[in-house]
Amino acid sequence: MPVKLIGFFALLGASLSVWATPAIDHWQTEQGTEVYFVDAPQLPMVDIRLIFDAGGARDGDLPGTALLTNAMLKEGTAKSNTNAIAAAFDDVGAKFGSESERDMAVLSLRTLVEDNAMQQAVDMFVELSSQPAFPKESFERLKNQLKTSLQAQKQSPEAIAERNFYQALYGDHPYAQMPTGNEDSLGKITIADLEAFFKQYYVAQNAVLVMVGDLRQADAQLLANKISAALESGKAAAPLPVVNDLTAASEQHIAFPSSQSHLLVGQPGISRTDPDYFPLYVGNHVLGGSGLVSIINNEIREKRGLSYSAYSYFRPMRKAGPYQLGLQTRNEQSEEALKVLRQTLRDYVQNGPTDEQLKAAKQNITGGFALRLDSNSKIADYLGVIGFYQLPLDYLDNFKQRVNAVTQAEIQDAYSRRIDPDLMATVIVGGTGENENKNK
Amino acid sequence: MLSLKKLLLLCLYLPALAIAEVSEYQLDNGLKLLVKPDDRAPVVVSQVWYKVGSSYEHNGITGISHILEHMMFKGTENLAPGEFSEIIAANGGSQNAFTGRDYTAYFQTLEKDRLEVSFRLEAERMRNLIIDEIELFKERDVVSEERRLRTEDNPQALLREAFNATAFINSPYHHPVIGWMSDINHYQKADLDDWYQKWYAPNNAVVVVVGDVEPDAVYQLAQKYFGPLKPEQTATVKPQVEVEQRGERYLKLKAPAQLPYLMMGWKVPVITTAEYDWEPYALDVLAGILSGTSSSRFSRELVRDQQVAASVSAYNNNFSRLDDMFLIGGTPAQNKSVDALQKAIQVQLDTLKMMPVSDAELQRVKTQVVASEVYELDSVFYQAMQLGMLETVGLDWQLSEQYVGKIKAITAEQVQQVVQKYFIDERLTIGELVPVAAPQNAPQTPNSGDPHAR
Repeated sequence: MPVKLIGFFALLGASLSVWATPAIDHWQTEQGTEVYFVDAPQLPMVDIRLIFDAGGARDGDLPGTALLTNAMLKEGTAKSNTNAIAAAFDDVGAKFGSESERDMAVLSLRTLVEDNAMQQAVDMFVELSSQPAFPKESFERLKNQLKTSLQAQKQSPEAIAERNFYQALYGDHPYAQMPTGNEDSLGKITIADLEAFFKQYYVAQNAVLVMVGDLRQADAQLLANKISAALESGKAAAPLPVVNDLTAASEQHIAFPSSQSHLLVGQPGISRTDPDYFPLYVGNHVLGGSGLVSIINNEIREKRGLSYSAYSYFRPMRKAGPYQLGLQTRNEQSEEALKVLRQTLRDYVQNGPTDEQLKAAKQNITGGFALRLDSNSKIADYLGVIGFYQLPLDYLDNFKQRVNAVTQAEIQDAYSRRIDPDLMATVIVGGTGENENKNK
Repeated sequence: MLSLKKLLLLCLYLPALAIAEVSEYQLDNGLKLLVKPDDRAPVVVSQVWYKVGSSYEHNGITGISHILEHMMFKGTENLAPGEFSEIIAANGGSQNAFTGRDYTAYFQTLEKDRLEVSFRLEAERMRNLIIDEIELFKERDVVSEERRLRTEDNPQALLREAFNATAFINSPYHHPVIGWMSDINHYQKADLDDWYQKWYAPNNAVVVVVGDVEPDAVYQLAQKYFGPLKPEQTATVKPQVEVEQRGERYLKLKAPAQLPYLMMGWKVPVITTAEYDWEPYALDVLAGILSGTSSSRFSRELVRDQQVAASVSAYNNNFSRLDDMFLIGGTPAQNKSVDALQKAIQVQLDTLKMMPVSDAELQRVKTQVVASEVYELDSVFYQAMQLGMLETVGLDWQLSEQYVGKIKAITAEQVQQVVQKYFIDERLTIGELVPVAAPQNAPQTPNSGDPHAR
């Protein structure tokens, strides 16, 4: 180990002045999995993320299918039961994770690189990602746990707001559904549905593999081949439908026995590869994306004390993800807060940022660039985004430059074309719910 | 499966690399500085920890440490309200603050050559804060909204808060970090001035810096900015030793909810208070035996085999200034009752009292602790957090280097002994969240351990 540390210091000394972004190795395995690898020798561990285009957007008529498929992989394989799978990771201190959102379905592994530990953990990772058995008993239990999660959502005004917000934004688009599904769909999903979903989507051609850690390139090649070769080759998932813009504003008041109302306001926003990405990202940073110093926080919290948290953000996805503005405030003042939030957006769409605000935003984003990549897990997150959304390999290298190049005029132009304050979906959860479903 | 022999090798092999190279300095005014170099990325995290939190507060001003933390962003003799945040933002920094029961901490993460910005601003607000009454009254509104968000409208948080207030009678862990609503609504400028004067001084602060820095250079910088600050005669904290519990306590809390929830807590010593040095570590191992991974007993037996819990976990909070609780909390599975869950948990504990855990189980927990120590090095923030927390709860930062060794020394018999000794009715509080459909007019209040970020 000491040898490794000395090597690290020497390496760093040599490269200190040019530290910018980690060097990304990218290749495709024989089976067609895109691999993104960063050699990070400083800590004796490795992070692996196997990402499939198999999130809730692929659920079709049975929301929850993607999530259940993903969660069932650790429940049993042809060779190992749930306890054996858990022990394979836990006994060597490895951490296995599985999660499924709208776009991505992710299997992750963090393990020490110590030979025995890594081999045992990786072998099990390969086994469960390629030969799941979908045992019936686990299936019933997971469905019950998911029902419990749905109940938990129903006691959270925030979760209720989110569910209705996506519905209001996306209508018939697959993004409208919550990945956790609903009571009705959970009653209908069968093991056969999960098996079919797995067979179609958990395939090499539909996967991106990310590896960051104490691995040399040759070892990474072997590891990638091992993981990819275990999968059926298959084919990439079909493109998702285009998201339509809203054609009318809407406003929903949902009664809930809470002391606060949760307000969400928004529209479909941008995809991860949208040509307006940088002007809108930097523009929103000024408006509501920079925490304590943003315009929205200043108007809602600092000036008026209306909310603890007030924000706006773009959530770029495969297709247009939401543009979301939000806050929470006690029920009596929700009308006032909504008015301020809407007016703040309106003013910003009309005027854009001042030169000073734009300069401050650029300083904040570029001056803190190194913070985005200061750990293996953050680097792995970025590799996942670059790989899954097929961003250019030099995305991180050019990031600062792209941010610095954004002009005031570009922000104003992008906002005026893309964000229409008169066509916003509004969801308010809390209070008595008067004026329910009223159209503006 | 690895053989036991290989696992032991694994354990012996790793700690050698995890040695923390922490440099410790003390300024003449009493400020303590800890610096831990980590040059994996050109960043630095700078944290200022004050030994004050909700456990220093008395009734009537509960939560005052937390609102003071908010007011620390609201202007000083040389900084306008909000200017602190603007300067950090313009320097590419990310920043925030959090308040716990035993500490209040402020942090910035910056590119490494900007540490000076952090020190300059933190030194300024360490002694020169100005509490403006109008800003304070606005911030009372913000904090009451924060309380509604975190506690009033969150049934499990309501239970946690009432649970702590039931379990602890005279220990200050009785009251919530964020404060009771009535106290929040009545803070006055004089209360905050007094609190600031009392606790915000270099001799009550620990500055922790982790990142791509050179310790002596950081020390020079600290001397330049924190060195000139005058120390304060800080108040002495009364011991407030919790009165002896005489029998188990029960609590039912009704709130608009869909799901019931069960909490059980046993009063236990922590590292700072333990009569027997090993006991708190045995309790940590116990928490790992019961929960934390998919192989732990709760997951395996209560969630998967008996299917009596949808989720259930155990938690031992070892880094506290005062005696604390070993907590178990869980949601019953569909069609299972809180009562059934409680009985199942009790059976698990009874089993542990009768039979020592197996070598394989014990080894698994220890291996995970060893691995976690490596994984934690992936975050400069976490490394700094660990040092600051240890110092402010009255421990020594060097414990971070000794922790794994202490855990590895724990035997199966010792785990059995702490269960026998501490998991008794005279130490137990049981809380149940009872969901009701109709809205409740008088909501209760927050929790204890979770720090509240600004």
